[in-house]
Amino acid sequence: MLHNPPATPARVAPAPPYRSRLLRHESRMAYAFISPAMILFLIFTLLPAVFAFFLSFTNYDILSPIKWVGLANYQRLMTDDLFRRGVLNVAYYALLYVPLMIALSLSLGLALNRKRPGMALFRTLFYLPAVTSSIAAATVWTWMFQKNYGVVNQTLDVFGITGPNWLASSDSAMYAIVIVTLWQGLGSNIIIYLAGLSGVPTYLYEAAALDGASPWQQFRYITVPALRTTTFFVVFMSLIGAFQLFDQAYVMTQGGPGYATTTAVYQIYSNGFTQLRMGYASAQAFVLAIAILCVSLISMRLNRDSGLG
Amino acid sequence: MNQKLRWTPWVVLRESLFYALLVGVAIIMALPFYWMVVTSLKPDADIFSDPIRWIPQRVTFEHYVKAFTLVPFSRYFWNSTVMALLGVLANLILGSLAGYAFARMRFPGREGLFKMKLASLLIPGVVTLIPSFIILKSFPLAGGNNLLGQGGQGLLNSYWAIVLPGAAGAFAVFFMRQFFRTLPDDLMDAARVDGASEFRIFWSIYLPLCGPALATLGIFTFQAGWNVFLWALIVFNDPKMSTVQMGLQSFSFNHQTDYGPLMAASVVVSLPVLIVFLFAQRYFTQSISFTGAKG
Repeated sequence: MLHNPPATPARVAPAPPYRSRLLRHESRMAYAFISPAMILFLIFTLLPAVFAFFLSFTNYDILSPIKWVGLANYQRLMTDDLFRRGVLNVAYYALLYVPLMIALSLSLGLALNRKRPGMALFRTLFYLPAVTSSIAAATVWTWMFQKNYGVVNQTLDVFGITGPNWLASSDSAMYAIVIVTLWQGLGSNIIIYLAGLSGVPTYLYEAAALDGASPWQQFRYITVPALRTTTFFVVFMSLIGAFQLFDQAYVMTQGGPGYATTTAVYQIYSNGFTQLRMGYASAQAFVLAIAILCVSLISMRLNRDSGLG
Repeated sequence: MNQKLRWTPWVVLRESLFYALLVGVAIIMALPFYWMVVTSLKPDADIFSDPIRWIPQRVTFEHYVKAFTLVPFSRYFWNSTVMALLGVLANLILGSLAGYAFARMRFPGREGLFKMKLASLLIPGVVTLIPSFIILKSFPLAGGNNLLGQGGQGLLNSYWAIVLPGAAGAFAVFFMRQFFRTLPDDLMDAARVDGASEFRIFWSIYLPLCGPALATLGIFTFQAGWNVFLWALIVFNDPKMSTVQMGLQSFSFNHQTDYGPLMAASVVVSLPVLIVFLFAQRYFTQSISFTGAKG
C-alpha cells in the first residue's frame, strides 16, 4: 500500500563518540537545521501541554492573577450537565458517523478500483468536497437544509416526503451534521482505501478464482483482511475528528436547538473564550484529550496485535 | 479488462446499475456546489421560490457586489491569502531543513528528537488551545508587552498569531524526512569530497530534487491555512483581522440571513483551493495517500 517508493535504509551512524572534526561540524550544522522546528515545538506544543495541565488546577480569567484551586475544576466537571451533554453528543455523533464512513468509503473505494472507463472523473468529483472549507460547506448546507425553500426538503417533496425542519428540531439537527461531515470527509477516505487496495496483490484473486471462490468469498477472505491496516487508520482518524467536532456545530446550529448539538469542543470554547473560565476549560480540554489519547493508543495497540501494523 | 467483458444481458444490467449508482453519488457530491453558484447568481425574488427553480431565469452579479460592499470582504480575502502563503513558505523552508537533517545528517539524539517532534501529532489540538492563546498574548516585547509579557495584547490580532504556531508543523518535518530518505547518498559524499558546506549540499543538491514533495506539502499547507477557523476565531477579535472563514459569519443579522450575498461569498471562499485542486489534483491525493500509507 506504499504510495511512495520504499525508503532506503537510513545510513548507519558510526558508533559514538563523535570524535572526528567532520562529524562534529556535521552535527553542529544539523542542530542549526532543526532548531527552528524544535524551538517552535517547545513553545507551541510542549510548553502548552504542560501549561494546560497546570491551568486545569487553577482559576484564570485573563484579567486577574492565576489562582490555585486544587481539584475544584475536576470536581465541578463531574456535575456539569452541559459538558456531559457535549461529550454524549459527540459519542452519539461518532456512533453514527464512523460506521457510515467506513461502509461508504470502502464501497466507493471498491467501486472506483474496478478497471472501468471514467473512474478518474468520479474520483475527482468525489474528492471535490474535501478541498472545500468546512465553514463554506456548512454554510451552503445550512441553506440547503432550510425548512421550506431548501433543496433537501424540496427534493424530498418530489417523492411525497415532508422533510423535517432539519436544523431547528433537536431530533434531526445531529443527522444534518452527520450528513454534512460525511459528504465532506468521504473523498479523502476513498483515496486512502484506493491506495490500500492498490497494495493487494492481484495473484491472490487469481489464485482464489482458480480455486472457485465466489466474489463475496474473495471480498471476505482477501480484500477485508488485506485492508485491515487501512480500515484501522480510517477509524482512528474519523474518531479523532469526531471527538473534536466543532465547525459544523458552530455554523449550522450554534450547538442547538436547546443543547442538542453542543459538542465537547464547543463547551471548551464557550467556557474558555466567551465566559473566560480558562482554568475550568483547561480541565475540560484535558479530560477530552485523555479520552482521545486512550482511543489512539488502544487502536494503535489493536492494530499492532493484528500483526499487520 | 474491457475486452474480456462479454455483453450478456446480465452484464449489461450489472454495468448500468454500477454506473447509475456512481452517477447518483456524483450528483449528491456536486449538488451543493451547483446550488451555491446558482443561488449566488439569482435575483433575490427567485431565491425563495416554491417550487424550486433549478436553473436561474435571470443571471445577476449583484450579490457579488453586495458581498464585497456589505462586509469588508476584500480585506478578509487579503488577510487569509497572506496568512496562508506565509504558512506555506515557513513550512516549506523549516520543514525541509529539519526533515533533511533528520534524514541525512548524523548527530547525537537524532532519533529521540525526531520522535519527540512526531509525538506532537498525537496531542489533540484542543488541549493546546488555551495555553497557546495565553502564550501568544503574553509574548515578551510584542504588541505593547514589556519584557515579562505584561501590558499589551502580545501577538494576538497579528498575522503571527496564525503563522507562528504552525510554522514548522510535525507533518511537514515528517513528510520531508521521508522524502529525503529516498534520495541516494552518493551525491552527498561527492559534494563533501569537493568541500561543499552542509548548507550548500542541502540547498543546491538535495532541495532541487524535492520539487514534487514540496508541491504536495505546499498545497496541503495552503489548504489547511486557508480553511483554519477555530484558532482564528480565538486569536482575532479585531474585525480588521478577520479571515474569509470568519467573514462568512457576518452575513447573518438578527437571525435573518442574506442568502444571496452569503452564497456569493461562499463561492469566493471556495474558489482558490478549488482552482488549485483542478490544476494540481495529483499533489492533493498524494499527501492523502501518504498519510494513509504511513499511518
